[in-house]
Amino acid sequence: MDVPRLFILNETIRNLYFHVCMWFGMMILFTTSFVYSIKYLRGFNLRNDIFAHNFAAVGSFLGILGYATGTIWANYTWVTDQGQSLGSILKEPKLIGAAIALLIYGAYFVLRGSFTDIDKKARISAVYNIFAFAMLFPSIWIIPRLVGSLHPGAPGSDSGNPALNFNDIDSRLRMVFYPAIIGWTLLAVWIATLKIRLQLIKDKSLINE
Amino acid sequence: MNSSIYRLLFTVFCLMPGVFSYAQEKAEMADTMRSNGKIYVVVAVCLTILIGLFIYVFMVDRKVSRLEKGKD
Repeated sequence: MDVPRLFILNETIRNLYFHVCMWFGMMILFTTSFVYSIKYLRGFNLRNDIFAHNFAAVGSFLGILGYATGTIWANYTWVTDQGQSLGSILKEPKLIGAAIALLIYGAYFVLRGSFTDIDKKARISAVYNIFAFAMLFPSIWIIPRLVGSLHPGAPGSDSGNPALNFNDIDSRLRMVFYPAIIGWTLLAVWIATLKIRLQLIKDKSLINE
Repeated sequence: MNSSIYRLLFTVFCLMPGVFSYAQEKAEMADTMRSNGKIYVVVAVCLTILIGLFIYVFMVDRKVSRLEKGKD
């Protein structure tokens, strides 16, 4: 499949199918987790808590993969080619925002682990999950788009806003990109459902259908 | 005859700085990752995701095994 010929990025534009899809998958799984947390708070069915927990777990895993792939990509396109030092990379608002978002979700698992009472754990972590989801938007979507950044999507960026503006992405890339989002997300959902089924078998005695 | 050799040498000598400056323009570091249009960066990203997924699925697998052992 042909890709647009770009300076600096060169063939690494193909990382769009991997790095960006990880973040898309993460957003979709976190949204699912958020919905199940609300469902839990409406009826206090422990089943919904297990769903919310495992979707958040696989979502965070995708986030970590997205972060790791982003560091590799940035290392060969931001660091030397644009005369950027490591110091300016560490100041990147997008990186800091993504790190904050992932750490907030990390705290969700710490919170879950620190309770011995199952109902209290489910209830408090469901409320925390809603907070974590709300924090996702300023930290990874809004703030990096308000301040200057090397990452695409920032104001003044040559590459426009490929994640939100459909005209800023080449149609040749789109042909692979959208199916790739669906594919990676389905893979993540599959892993999440495996974990959920496992947990449901483990907690069979606790869940009253 | 002799002067033509000198003239040739002189021409080559004059071209030398051009050759050297060309070599300097091409100087790039981390050659394997930057060769072939940086395609190996994409390979590294693919491998990161693949290895990550394998580790994660392996961890789920271990959980299943633990559950199987506890059941029987």
